[in-house]
Amino acid sequence: MSDTVARTLIKGNEAVAFGAVDAGCRCYFGYPITPQNEIPETMSRLLPAVSGHYVQAESEVAAASMLLGACAAGVPSMTSSSGCGISLMQEALSYMNGSMLPAVLVNMARGGPGLGDIGPSQGDYFQAVKGGGHGDHRNIVLAPATAQECYDFMFRAFALAFTYANPVMVLGDAIVGQIKEPVRRTPPADALSPAQLEALAAPWRVEGRGKRGPGAAPRLIKSVYLAEGALAARNRLLQDKYEAMRAEARSLSYNVDDADLVVVAYGSIARAVRSTLRALREQGVAVGLFRPVTLYPFPDEALRALAAARPGRRFLVIEQNLGQMVEDVRLALFGAAGCGAEVLWHGLMPGLLANAQMLEEPVRMALAGKEIRS
Amino acid sequence: MSRIVFLEERCKGCRLCVDACPVGIISPSGRFNHQGYEVMTAGDGCTGCASCATMCPDTAIRVFRTVRAAEGGKA
Amino acid sequence: MNSSSMPTPDALRPRDDERLVFDAPASQADRPTHYCPGCHHGIAHRLVAEVLDELNVADRTILVASVGCSAFSYDYFTVDALEAQHGRACAVATGVRRANPGSVVFTYQGDGDMAAIGLAESVHAANRGELITAIFINNTVYGMTGGQMAPTTLIGQKTTTTPEGRHLLGEGGPLRMTELMAGLDGVAYAERCALDSVKHVRAAKKALRNAFEVQLRGLGFGFVELLSGCPTNWHMTPQAANRRISEEMIPVFPLGVTKNLLDK
Repeated sequence: MSDTVARTLIKGNEAVAFGAVDAGCRCYFGYPITPQNEIPETMSRLLPAVSGHYVQAESEVAAASMLLGACAAGVPSMTSSSGCGISLMQEALSYMNGSMLPAVLVNMARGGPGLGDIGPSQGDYFQAVKGGGHGDHRNIVLAPATAQECYDFMFRAFALAFTYANPVMVLGDAIVGQIKEPVRRTPPADALSPAQLEALAAPWRVEGRGKRGPGAAPRLIKSVYLAEGALAARNRLLQDKYEAMRAEARSLSYNVDDADLVVVAYGSIARAVRSTLRALREQGVAVGLFRPVTLYPFPDEALRALAAARPGRRFLVIEQNLGQMVEDVRLALFGAAGCGAEVLWHGLMPGLLANAQMLEEPVRMALAGKEIRS
Repeated sequence: MSRIVFLEERCKGCRLCVDACPVGIISPSGRFNHQGYEVMTAGDGCTGCASCATMCPDTAIRVFRTVRAAEGGKA
Repeated sequence: MNSSSMPTPDALRPRDDERLVFDAPASQADRPTHYCPGCHHGIAHRLVAEVLDELNVADRTILVASVGCSAFSYDYFTVDALEAQHGRACAVATGVRRANPGSVVFTYQGDGDMAAIGLAESVHAANRGELITAIFINNTVYGMTGGQMAPTTLIGQKTTTTPEGRHLLGEGGPLRMTELMAGLDGVAYAERCALDSVKHVRAAKKALRNAFEVQLRGLGFGFVELLSGCPTNWHMTPQAANRRISEEMIPVFPLGVTKNLLDK
């Protein structure tokens, strides 16, 4: 059987850039930081060829601010960074949430806190899924695990950002960004065309009032609401929107039907866990994997369905941090809705390279109800 | 004879127009607008130079200049 | 005590022998401002609106507002506008102008916004020669937050955070933005003006027009600094504030064009 679709051997970071441009992204603003430098480097080559704009900003503060401006103009635009750079973008991210702008940010996470290291880490989970900046806000968070998903998820990121007029963060890590794999450059089924994205922005973008015909009223995009009750109304609107986003929760399950233990892992760690579980399956151990694909909204209903399908099964969260996603898993499975399922946790320290063998023991112990924390 | 008209509800009583007038015809009127600011009044002798309006931070002054018949007016 | 009234409609129309020689520009919104009596923001707003009218670009203009007293500047222009975070107006303007190449984009920022928290964004946008026009209001004080020290505060000037007067060593000297901007290759026009007199206001309008003209001609970044009065936080009358501009500010912040590529 031959695969007639051409594939390109590229890194996850390059796949992000190709995916973004193929999805219609026309402005990129960024500041170099390891381990995501192939994104700006690739963008600086791709965007001029499609009459787009690549700007190397003076800082991540400026890059995210430029993104705010480009998004306000309704043009599919993005930035990318890692670690401390993502921290610097939180100011603009909060404003873009408050102003309801369709920003796309990619975080190829590195080890922290502080300058940390340039190895893989899932230590930015809370920052990504709980808002990250000041005030109540939520970003849609997509977690790719492969270079192909880096490509595909950029289409999904722009589609979701424009559908909800809300920032979307694609959260990978040093492994996801640096891994080199064959990638098909064809739009995924859930892609929106550039024309569809433009149509979604047409009702609100700033463009110069003349574009809307003579006598058109000026438009204003802002996040400040000082009049009494105005901010409350704005936050209620945002809350309704975040509630509506719950329909976008996505997850993948592998070999869960008969599993006594379901491991919950995302991103590059989910890949390592899959290898671990494959080896254990060959030894007759009934283990499965639940992989959140959206980290916000968190796929809690799918998780509860797994608990209800086989009462008494345990869940083991494996993540590369000091314990973050485990809190969302426990919230999802809390009380009667979670059928009293037990949730265990195993953490890898940020910066380490995970492999299938090192995860075997924590999984075996969890089957027996014993937690190896890290 | 040129003239100026104050949009009195826009006036904040800063009196920058008083200083700006080269012929010194603008003065406080003793009257107050709904915001509580004392509004200005103009006496005779306006030259239509628009200095007052140029300095008005609240665009509260309109200036009308008298034109001779040759310029299109019907004097 | 008498109360005022709006003039009759007849009084607001030119008579047969009259010509209306001064009225609010069309690009200026017809509403009162929130600015204090004698504040020069209102003059600066009107000049910008007059220039947008004269260049006939208001229908494709986008204003990027700042944070400070001018945070609500978008309420006073009849153009599309968006809000930037404190100090980031030139970066936000970079994004909106790049995404919409046919637009005319300007920022309107105070001294804290442009010269303190946003110095990096301002200088780098200028250095990249972004096709935007930045309007910089220098009144040597933080207005909105209540009179604290600005990067442009004069040596010896008392503010709510320099109660003994600003000291050069430790608190710094007044930052001269126009000279800084003029030294950058991406800047096509830089001029410092003042709003303390009729003559200076008329010169400021020419400067603003030039700073938009360089954007329209694709020559680079346009910059105008406007020395402005803040009677409230200077604790003086608007008249005394104008005297302070001419006697104390202009000697420290000399007026004039420091960069102009229009005639090259």
